[in-house]
Amino acid sequence: MSDLIDILLTAGFWAATIRIVSPLIFGTLGELICERAGVLNLGIEGIMTVGAMSGWMWVYQGGDLWGGVLFAAGMGALFGLLHAIFTVHLGLSQHVTGIGITLFASSLSYFVFRMLLPSATTPPKIVPFQSLSIPRLSDLPWLGEALFSQSALTYLAILCVPAVWYVLFRTPVGLAVRMAGENPVAVEAQGINVLAVRTGAVMVGSAFMAVGGAFITMSWFDAFYFGMINGRGWICVALVIFASWQPGRALLGALLFAGLEALQVRAQQSAGAFIPYQFFLMLPYVMSILAMIFMAHKTKYPQALLVPFRRGERV
Amino acid sequence: MIIEPRPSVSILRAGLAPVWAILFAMALCAVLIAWAGGSVLTAYGLLFKGAFGSAFAINETLTRSIPLIFTGLAASIAFRAKFYNIGAEGQLYAGALAATFFGTGLVTLPPFLMIPFLVIMGALAGGLLLLVPVLLKTKLKVDEVVTTLLLNFIVLLVVGYLIEGPWKDPMSLGWPQAASIIDEGVLPPLLAKGRLHAGLILALAMAVLMWVMIRFTVQGYEIRAVGNNAKAAEFSGIKVNRTVIMTAMISGGLAGMAGVSETAGLKGYLTLDLSPGFGYTGIAVAMLAQLNPLAVVPAAIFLSAVYVGSDAMSRAINIPTYIADVLVGVSVLAVLCSVMFSQYKVRLRA
Amino acid sequence: MHPVLEFRGVTKRFGTLTANDAVSLTLDKGEVLALLGENGAGKTTLMNILFGHYQADEGEILVDGNVLEPGSTQAAITAGVGVVHQHFTLAGNLTVLENTTLGTESLWSWRQDNKGAREKLVSLAESYGLAVDPDAQVSDLSIGEQQRVEILKALYRDARILILDEPTAVLTPQEAERLFATLKSVSQSGLAVIFISHKLHEIMAISDRVAVLRRGALVGTVATGETDSAKLAELMVGQVVKRPELVPLDAGKPILELGGVSTPGDGATSLHDVSLTIHAHEIVGIAGVAGNGQGRLADVLSGLIGGFSGSVKINGAPLAAGSPRDVVASGVGRIPEDRHARGVVGDMEIWENLASEDLRAPELSRGAVFINKAFGVSRAEQQIQEFDIRCEGPFAETKLLSGGNMQKLILARALSGQPSFILANQPVRGLDEGAIAYVQSQLLNARKRGAAILLISEDLDELMALTDRLAVMSHGRLSEALPTGSRTIAEIGLMMAGQSAEQQVA
Repeated sequence: MSDLIDILLTAGFWAATIRIVSPLIFGTLGELICERAGVLNLGIEGIMTVGAMSGWMWVYQGGDLWGGVLFAAGMGALFGLLHAIFTVHLGLSQHVTGIGITLFASSLSYFVFRMLLPSATTPPKIVPFQSLSIPRLSDLPWLGEALFSQSALTYLAILCVPAVWYVLFRTPVGLAVRMAGENPVAVEAQGINVLAVRTGAVMVGSAFMAVGGAFITMSWFDAFYFGMINGRGWICVALVIFASWQPGRALLGALLFAGLEALQVRAQQSAGAFIPYQFFLMLPYVMSILAMIFMAHKTKYPQALLVPFRRGERV
Repeated sequence: MIIEPRPSVSILRAGLAPVWAILFAMALCAVLIAWAGGSVLTAYGLLFKGAFGSAFAINETLTRSIPLIFTGLAASIAFRAKFYNIGAEGQLYAGALAATFFGTGLVTLPPFLMIPFLVIMGALAGGLLLLVPVLLKTKLKVDEVVTTLLLNFIVLLVVGYLIEGPWKDPMSLGWPQAASIIDEGVLPPLLAKGRLHAGLILALAMAVLMWVMIRFTVQGYEIRAVGNNAKAAEFSGIKVNRTVIMTAMISGGLAGMAGVSETAGLKGYLTLDLSPGFGYTGIAVAMLAQLNPLAVVPAAIFLSAVYVGSDAMSRAINIPTYIADVLVGVSVLAVLCSVMFSQYKVRLRA
Repeated sequence: MHPVLEFRGVTKRFGTLTANDAVSLTLDKGEVLALLGENGAGKTTLMNILFGHYQADEGEILVDGNVLEPGSTQAAITAGVGVVHQHFTLAGNLTVLENTTLGTESLWSWRQDNKGAREKLVSLAESYGLAVDPDAQVSDLSIGEQQRVEILKALYRDARILILDEPTAVLTPQEAERLFATLKSVSQSGLAVIFISHKLHEIMAISDRVAVLRRGALVGTVATGETDSAKLAELMVGQVVKRPELVPLDAGKPILELGGVSTPGDGATSLHDVSLTIHAHEIVGIAGVAGNGQGRLADVLSGLIGGFSGSVKINGAPLAAGSPRDVVASGVGRIPEDRHARGVVGDMEIWENLASEDLRAPELSRGAVFINKAFGVSRAEQQIQEFDIRCEGPFAETKLLSGGNMQKLILARALSGQPSFILANQPVRGLDEGAIAYVQSQLLNARKRGAAILLISEDLDELMALTDRLAVMSHGRLSEALPTGSRTIAEIGLMMAGQSAEQQVA
């Protein structure tokens, strides 16, 4: 027990938590934007893989880091468009389409990776985002290391939380997105194209997911491995439910999960002798299921989630 | 754009839908093959030869199709009731765990009892694993897709722990694998040569059984009614939750049998690479079969041929084997589309 | 001077069906035009074309003499067209203000001018007497208030042409009166109003002019002052379809007995101490605004809800609560409120839907495993003939049936077993006159045979014409069922709004 408290008090633990929270923030915000517009996006796992591969590959081929982030976002948006064509325009099952996108997007990422780097046995590396110390603030004891010596992409992730909140709740386009997830007919009746709003939301949300994936290969690690997303996308889907579709709570949930992951790495070192490491690795998945059970009765989910809108459909 | 149902869908049009989807997927993969510098015709020729070109190849294709028939059936039955079980991968390993637990010496029975015993235990394990998501869905309305997906990861970690720890075979020279299934429990080979085993018979029997259930029985009727309109089903007196739970048990059970069949039929022991994603590919099988249990068999053989053939193809002309996974992913999306176009007319003007 | 609105030869086809056939029509400033027609005559389609939800195959629409861009809701709104749809287009989880301001500002502006919007909304609400709290969540409002929000939405966007599609269907008579007053003041301030309805007395009360649609074609336009209900009815239906009439019968023994039935929860949709007895040869009606407990009562009687207190008896025996199949087997025939959502499974075949209620009965399935298809199909063939279900046969997909034929299928399933009690929840909603007459005559035949019938409806005219006794439901409480005609429409309306008879006296 005292071991646990020791871990929780180290700045290194908090620095790690804040670092690895970034992909969860991007992924959860992305899924949240899609679902606020009424579209469940189970392509997230594959789209994060695409982001991880394409951002990394951009840099590996000589591009700069921010260019890689943009490229990853663009690729994510492209797969988002594919998801939107199927679920928004053709009204097909959001569940099955999402799984199909995940299968397609991740296998295509692996294929392209192998095509471009056919014989790499040890994974090639890039120079990832470096930690960016904010002058003065990073000199603060304890807090400085945890909060103010992170990579630029981490700061971006954290800034995205209030930004997404502001856009969703304080701007006309955010109102249109939320209304599309509540009652698409109402959006259409006010002269706004529901299909366009939903398509846009899914594309933007998917871009967020892809940036989350890119963070893993470009800021957390410096190489692309097979299966490195490892269920993080599904955890984000659970986090959206846990967050009741609120960006602020999504940040809290993501921090909780990142903390768990940081803790697990450290706890393995101290308790690994007694508890097999697999049980530590299991924690995020078990916690995700528990989080969904916990929130099952409490949330007010978007009323038109999973409901396709067909223009001019005769009722 | 406006979408309206066709007044009637001919059997030919419906039957051709998955064929269009496969052709589309192959066309898209042709682009990737061309990018890799291969000749498309040569590549697909090699793929076909690799899958069906010799007795050995056919034997291998059929062997690989066995788990896909099981997982394809698992997805078909569940999707019929609109219960999206994406956890066949985890249920497969649950079945394999049960086969290992009971089949490595704990119980010894004569083969004609031992094999059915292991199959039933594996099916029970698969069904039990799915009990958690299905109860969460029916009682608390927790989305089953996410819970079944997350359980896949959890089960794999449990398997990893067991075969590296308490169940590790001391004779395995350090490899993480469990002890072998005892001889009484091994599914006998069907042919003198090759790896084809009696799991195929079981898989085919299950396909027929599921077809009969869906088409001719009260239970099948209730599954279809619940999947198509749960409110109307409830109004007419069908116990919706009970039907969904029963469907889930059958679905999980079928996936569990895949695990028994792979452990006791093909490998002989449990490892972490028992399934290269058979659970996920099963979804593609079910979609290509349009959830028809009999059509699952050809769909599974087709996708198995893609995997087996692409191994041969990529060895010969240096195309990454992931091409097979791409083809599977695209075919899920393409078949969604083509089935829709077979049932609906799409006009561009309102 | 151009008319405010003009339809020129508007034609719209859906496959082989012509929903609007060369409709030409004008509307002047300050005028209230009633658009009359039975269900399926093409009224809503015409308005959907005006509002850009559909595009006409032929013809055009002019606003102030300018051609309106087809298929664009945005263009219609800009031109000053506002629609209050029959099914409200509101998001319940959002506020009145959010529902109103959506789409009124450029989507890409960086902030929303909530202050200005609130001021405009409040001043509009005051000047038209449409009081509503801008920050209230829409799901907390009553149906009448939600309709006010819909009207405000149109006024907020400076509508000059206001269209209301069947606006009174969900209101109490008093709320309807209030709506009519609003419409008068709106039209006096210069707006043109189109009022869509199939209720003749409303049209006579509110409109200046009536346009009548029949099977998609405009069959006449008359000044309201120069016509009467009978003439309008004939115009609307073509040949006169006579609805069946209730002939007096002596009530028999009690069939359905409800004693102090309550369901958990204290909301308006739960039941509170409901008692009612219906006898053989008797139709008892329940009037009320939607969402006042009628649905819950229907669910209890259908066997869908097991958890309630009090007693429900059919023919003296307790109802098999919570088990629809046992309820049906005990002699209850059920016609659900929404035939698409609850009545049929659209993708299944007609014979399968006809067999859905007694699927586990011995004649339909051996040991409740294998379905006796031969029996199911031959019985379906009989029922198709007996109830005149127009279809390609027992193997046709049910979703392809028209509304009237789908309702006949449900009638066949509910009535074939000669049930002693029949629950008819909105049995004629959305049907055309021919189908209405058919359904009503089937119910009257059952009454003659000796069945007890409970008719739940939001249409007071239907209830007045078809019931022996009438009760009113409000906030989950059921009034005493008195002989129909012993209360006036106004009294019933006040009871629907939640005032008891004693309160009215006081």
